[in-house]
Amino acid sequence: MSHQEKQSWVSIISSIVIIAAYSLYIYYNQVEGNADILNNFKFWGKSFIILIPVAIIAQIIIHIIFAIINKIITNEDMPEFSDERDKLFELKSTRITHWIFIVGFMLAMGSQAIEMQPSVMFIVLIFSGFVSGITGELVKIMYYRRGF
Amino acid sequence: MTKAIISNSIRKLRFMADEMTQQELADKTGVTRQTIVAIENGKYFPSLELAFRIAHIFNISLNDVFEYNPENDKVLIKSKKTTK
Repeated sequence: MSHQEKQSWVSIISSIVIIAAYSLYIYYNQVEGNADILNNFKFWGKSFIILIPVAIIAQIIIHIIFAIINKIITNEDMPEFSDERDKLFELKSTRITHWIFIVGFMLAMGSQAIEMQPSVMFIVLIFSGFVSGITGELVKIMYYRRGF
Repeated sequence: MTKAIISNSIRKLRFMADEMTQQELADKTGVTRQTIVAIENGKYFPSLELAFRIAHIFNISLNDVFEYNPENDKVLIKSKKTTK
């Protein structure tokens, strides 16, 4: 397995762990016993604003830990640069990530058009961001496995 | 076995260049070894810049490294059909 594939798997696993941990934290600290808060825009605004930097910082820390553990186990250095093929795979996976997120965004807006609860819109937005990120990484793994 | 649109003789050229390793070629051309492997196996077609760089490393022309096989080019086959 190439280093890039391993990095993508680490991203997928860390995304699942981060979103699960954050969701549980929010649920037990704010939602449990207070379900009305789900339709409070301030609650969702704060949740999004905290989630984004927390997820980015956690991803960086997890990737650093992965690089250290990988070096100890395999004695393999991280690639110092990404070449044209890496950049092409990155572009292709980013394009798919964006398309999936756009579909999620449309569904989120659609939920409001048919007068569903505001919480549905925010849940769909978070879910589509999560699914699009994971799909992008899976696409990258597929390209690295296939060669192109 | 069907030939690819673009085939290459990098494996043979590496052998003739004192059995140059894929890693050595990768280092000289500024790409990763995986990219060289993908090019050799015909799974990835390099950019024009990288193709010229590879040819330059072996001190030969681009045509001596890469061979274009128009008979396998779907675009050409399709355009021939439409012009008939």
